[in-house]
Amino acid sequence: MALRVKALESLLVEKGLVDPAALDAVIDTYENKVGPRNGARVVARAWSDPAYKARLLDDATAAIAELGYIGRQGEHMVAVENTPQVHNLVVCTLCSCYPWPVLGLPPVWYKSSPYRSRAVIDPRGVLREFALELPAAVEIRVWDSTAEIRYLVLPQRPAGSEGMNEEQLAALVTRDAMVGVAVVSLPAPAAGGAGAARGVRP
Amino acid sequence: MNGVHDMGGMHGLGAVVHEADEPVFHERWEARALAITLAMGWWNKWNIDATRHARERIPGAEYLRMSYYEKWIAGLEEQMIAAGLVTRAEIDSGRAAPGAPHATPPLTAAGVAATLARGNSTARSVPQRPRFKPGDRVRTRNINPAGHTRLPRYARARQGVVQRDHGAHVYPDSNAHFLGEQPQHLYSVRFEARELWGVNAGVRDGVCLDLWEAYLEPA
Repeated sequence: MALRVKALESLLVEKGLVDPAALDAVIDTYENKVGPRNGARVVARAWSDPAYKARLLDDATAAIAELGYIGRQGEHMVAVENTPQVHNLVVCTLCSCYPWPVLGLPPVWYKSSPYRSRAVIDPRGVLREFALELPAAVEIRVWDSTAEIRYLVLPQRPAGSEGMNEEQLAALVTRDAMVGVAVVSLPAPAAGGAGAARGVRP
Repeated sequence: MNGVHDMGGMHGLGAVVHEADEPVFHERWEARALAITLAMGWWNKWNIDATRHARERIPGAEYLRMSYYEKWIAGLEEQMIAAGLVTRAEIDSGRAAPGAPHATPPLTAAGVAATLARGNSTARSVPQRPRFKPGDRVRTRNINPAGHTRLPRYARARQGVVQRDHGAHVYPDSNAHFLGEQPQHLYSVRFEARELWGVNAGVRDGVCLDLWEAYLEPA
């Protein structure tokens, strides 16, 4: 594929159809500027500021734009809140729709056939493959991104994080938690406590 | 179309493989493939729905075998050929045909930040009032179009409840085939897991889909 794409790019440059510097700028955007740290800041703000959280749940596109995160594949955003009763999980069964401005480009597993096929029919089984076991009493609500609406999961704020500021909170929030395949936990105590949940890792 | 891309509810495609600390791109050609695909969109010869449909038309066995960006490149090549931007011979040879016109790229490096930030809203104003409102019970139509649709097979002829009216949006089923945007109301509709998958599904669980008015009828 490397040779095929290289040949295609040189053909398109030769014909004046693409500007290689523009390609570099697109790649730089999604490698270095737009990624899940954006979404983590949205979540941390919502955890810290009840008025912001209310705006986020009412009109996520506008609330996320307040932090400067706008644009392609995030034109129409909806935030869905995890609670002790409801756990939200996002998928795109038909292709790979994903909220780029807040999470960046989707990881391979999100785009993979196993995830796309089973997230809707067997969400608990899929979550188990992410080492996340939810109590049977918790409702799992799956969002299949079939249109141009993009979903961001607002995870539950972990117990023990009460004293943390926004920056510290944002550092806890993972991409996986904002898709709904993980929960957010505090790092395990250095002395070796119960062990960190998967959700704490980047 | 009832293709393999419409895989919601299938078994047998393996376990989910989660890679820790996954890079944005695993190989440089993937980054170039993404950027080429986005940049070619600025020629306005197609739209996002047509792009999705181009990938859906990859033969099923190939679709399942290909990596993600392989599918992007395969779809893009077919779209560029259909739009007359390149010929198959040019793709095969990697060289422009003798005497081929030289164009000026519509997307420049200086324009990238602004155009990506602007995005491409699919919301439209329509005179029609919404047919449904939150709380309405609806049933999805049993449609099986040979062309593009965003009503997955697993959610056809099923009963659900409207959660939210997203306003009017471009209708992919027509737009993908260059038959116009035909904007219409788009709704978030919740289906109980047991309505979709039967008695073994979680009694509290549900699946929400975003569905255009044409997919729905009152239940």
